[in-house]
Amino acid sequence: MTENNELIRLSAAALAEKLAAREVTAVEVTQAHLDRIAAVDGKVHAFLHVNTDEALAVAAEVDAIRAAGGAAAEELHALAGVPIAVKDLIVTIGQPTTAGSKILEGWHSPYDATVVERLRAAKMPILGKTNLDEFAMGSSTEHSAYGPTRNPWDLDRIPGGSGGGSAAAVAAFEAPLALGTDTGGSIRQPGAVTGTVGVKPTYGGVSRYGAIAMASSLDQIGPVSRTVLDSALLHQVIGGHDPRDSTSLPDPLEDLVAAARTGHVEGMKIGIIKELHGEGYQAGVENRFNESLELLKAAGAEIVEVSCPNFKYALGAYYLIMPSEASSNLAKFDGVRYGLRVLPEQGPMTIERVMGATRAAGFGDEVKRRIILGTYALSAGYYDAYYGSAQKVRTLIQRDFDAAFAQADVLISPTAPTTAFKLGEKLNDPLAMYLNDVATIPANMAGVPGLSLPGGLADEDGLPVGIQLLAPARQDARLYRVGAVLESLLEAQWGGPLLEKAPSLTAATADSSAAATALSHGGSH
Amino acid sequence: MTDATLSFEEAMEKYDPVLGFEVHVELNTKTKMFSSAPNVFGDEPNTNVNEVDLGMPGVLPVVNKTAIESSIKIGLALNCKIAEKCRFARKNYFYPDTPKNFQTSQYDEPIAYDGYLDIELSDGTIFRVEIERAHMEEDAGKLTHMGGATGRIQGAEYSLVDYNRSGVPLVEIVTKPIEGAGSRAPELAKAYVAAVREIVKNLGVSDAKMERGNVRCDANVSLRPHGRERFGIRSETKNVNSLRAVEHAVRYEIQRHAAVLDSGEPVTQETRHWHEDTRTTTSGRAKSDADDYRYFPEPDLVPITASREWVEELRATLPEPPAARRKRLQADWGYSELEFRDVVNAGVMDEIEETIAAGATPTVARKWWMGEIVGRAKNADVDPGQLGVKPATIVELNKMVEDGKINNKMASEVLDGVLAGEGTPAEIVEKRGLAVVSDDAPLLEAIDAALAAQPDVADKIRGGKVQAIGAIVGGVMKATRGQADAGRVRELILQRLGVEG
Repeated sequence: MTENNELIRLSAAALAEKLAAREVTAVEVTQAHLDRIAAVDGKVHAFLHVNTDEALAVAAEVDAIRAAGGAAAEELHALAGVPIAVKDLIVTIGQPTTAGSKILEGWHSPYDATVVERLRAAKMPILGKTNLDEFAMGSSTEHSAYGPTRNPWDLDRIPGGSGGGSAAAVAAFEAPLALGTDTGGSIRQPGAVTGTVGVKPTYGGVSRYGAIAMASSLDQIGPVSRTVLDSALLHQVIGGHDPRDSTSLPDPLEDLVAAARTGHVEGMKIGIIKELHGEGYQAGVENRFNESLELLKAAGAEIVEVSCPNFKYALGAYYLIMPSEASSNLAKFDGVRYGLRVLPEQGPMTIERVMGATRAAGFGDEVKRRIILGTYALSAGYYDAYYGSAQKVRTLIQRDFDAAFAQADVLISPTAPTTAFKLGEKLNDPLAMYLNDVATIPANMAGVPGLSLPGGLADEDGLPVGIQLLAPARQDARLYRVGAVLESLLEAQWGGPLLEKAPSLTAATADSSAAATALSHGGSH
Repeated sequence: MTDATLSFEEAMEKYDPVLGFEVHVELNTKTKMFSSAPNVFGDEPNTNVNEVDLGMPGVLPVVNKTAIESSIKIGLALNCKIAEKCRFARKNYFYPDTPKNFQTSQYDEPIAYDGYLDIELSDGTIFRVEIERAHMEEDAGKLTHMGGATGRIQGAEYSLVDYNRSGVPLVEIVTKPIEGAGSRAPELAKAYVAAVREIVKNLGVSDAKMERGNVRCDANVSLRPHGRERFGIRSETKNVNSLRAVEHAVRYEIQRHAAVLDSGEPVTQETRHWHEDTRTTTSGRAKSDADDYRYFPEPDLVPITASREWVEELRATLPEPPAARRKRLQADWGYSELEFRDVVNAGVMDEIEETIAAGATPTVARKWWMGEIVGRAKNADVDPGQLGVKPATIVELNKMVEDGKINNKMASEVLDGVLAGEGTPAEIVEKRGLAVVSDDAPLLEAIDAALAAQPDVADKIRGGKVQAIGAIVGGVMKATRGQADAGRVRELILQRLGVEG
């Protein structure tokens, strides 16, 4: 198995340039990534499905258009031919969509998500569907019904979650770009622990149509990449109004790519959130965070401290609102119309019992835990105390953000309190698992955009640390402007991208070709 | 099992009924409440659906703006206040007629609230029914339970699900408790539902066909001893789907409740099923106020805002209210108070209007509907509009009479044939060999006799007062024992007198 190392290590922006200059073909680029998947995904397990034939067909179509030249070639999107992986929570025609759950095993969507339509319109070959915690419920991808994804930096560690598959695929050079979804940090926290970039756009900035809902008022689709510019490029493809999503913002999309390309921090006020660092944060995380602050200060930014006193209630409120909405959103998975159907082993064959048996067999423990929590929180007599109070907290968090953004242009914090932990370490301690999202949840509660980028490696374990930037709603461009500057300052320090320090996944392993064979058939595994 | 009942009169002596209605109106928008699938009745099952109506993973609802407009119009026509801002909510329950296992509805923020409707009873009495709210929601799919004896889910071998109706826009109109109707409660029930049906039809927002389920009524009934303020325990009779059935169901429930209360037992709070064949209800699902649907605001939809300007714009488009319309029609048609009230009470005003629109004169239309069709409907135990008489049939029959091809008696016979499905009036006349004998000689004899008997009338007609002809026609008809064709008689009289008709 040969690998085209040069191609897979290029950023999406660099690939787009080479494709436009006809230095490489889209088929070569796509094949290079398919080969990489075949070579390393047996270990990483980022993909649940590999979409070889369709990806190569789209790539060939792009090559044909470019070769023919003329208006059609001129009109090709800048990212045409640049391959991408899609989180398996987002529905796609022609490939299975499982949401990481047994209850949807084998289900094929009859329609494409809006973001997938936009990828197709841009003629980006879709490499496959990436692993996730079941229905995006988790922070480690260990809750996938199809087995965990592993962190390319250390295969014994988690890649974060729920979008561990997308982050790991990008970190392992299996894809230059991926789509994620972020309900409480599912794009940003995996980005932090895998040394990649992930963005949760402003709520309503990207259509949710076709993203299987966990918590409708918190979910948001966003880009996953290795560079800030690449996220901006992808964000520009998927963003903008969609009449099929009522919560989609009507605003025209800002020029996010220009923001990432120009980059600017001089004279900007960057606010440290008092409540989102210090106690509870790993020392190595804190150190890298402080380093980033120093670099920004040196580049001319003014660092101020802001206080968001209600953030301490965010996690608790999140774990009422999210399960409440999830309990209702997941009610449709009942075995009546699609997906798994399990008949009760004994007793009467009533519809209630078939639904019960199906849901008992089809959902994993974490999903059941959240459905039960949410059902309870919405029940008569508890609604005001739980769901009602949580909504009030949400308003308080929004006010905290308003006050903070009155003092600062963007806010900054570590993305996650720790680096990647070991597989299994927190699996039986849901509360410890939930704490991973303490710094990412406030953005979802307020609908503001957030970006995580690599901040270096923690001293104590040599694992990636993420830096989170937060901007006011509809000001996603600020994240790219500041993120691009911080990224270039950090890379200048490191002497190149952080991922160059990641271990090679192909060095002297005997079983990679076996894994590659299993994968080349493109089935779920 | 048959429930015991008291006679209605005895029930009324002992108890005071309190009513309440939930009327569901299906809107006739082109597309569904939250999806772009067509809103069409009666097609092949599961064809008027898309991924949204089937509750596929990942789908999102989008509100139908026309449905909002229709809902506001209904609210305005019911004299309601229109909420400046309101939200949808999810009503969560597991049942396969709802593909998402929740119904998107409105809970504590209805689009319209605090209205009233003045209901005119058969004797002209006006009874005000207070409207608590009118809210928007989506209809559920249709389940057909197969293999069981009762057609219910209990005992069925399997059930068929048709999601064509799933997502059809509904407005649910809920009354406040209706007190003080007394023994007129059944009549009021029918008149109220008829009024709502008339309003939505008049607004053009619903096809308003009860037999198709466009308008469905759940009737709440409770009894309390006379003089007591506190309401009794209510039953809710579901899906009472004709005006007559509403009247009968309320009447039956009053009689049944009275018997339960007389036996010293409390009434069970439950839903009841109406059975048209036996005109009784049977126990449905136990229903308590503690049913927990875990309502919460629908997070996939943004709040609906109805600016005052928009509401006023919509108000300006409202058609003439039914009461005003009735006044106008009565004047246009030249009916007397009594004639018109009879028409309204018989429930054939719309039908007469359609018949006139099809080409009949008001007199002819009334003659047919009141003289021929209402009686047949009564015998068949259906609403006159549901008997299946088309306006065109009446026009055709009348023309045959006027042309002297058949007489009124024969026309009535032909109508029976049409209703029995024997074909068009012309076909039936042909098949049954019906035709007026067109030998004018005996008629002319009778006409000459009648003219001679009433020379002053004959003079009037000669002088141009053609409307006086009735007296002569009457004389001829009497002489021929009604066998003559009145139209032909009229023609011959005019000919005889040399007057243009």
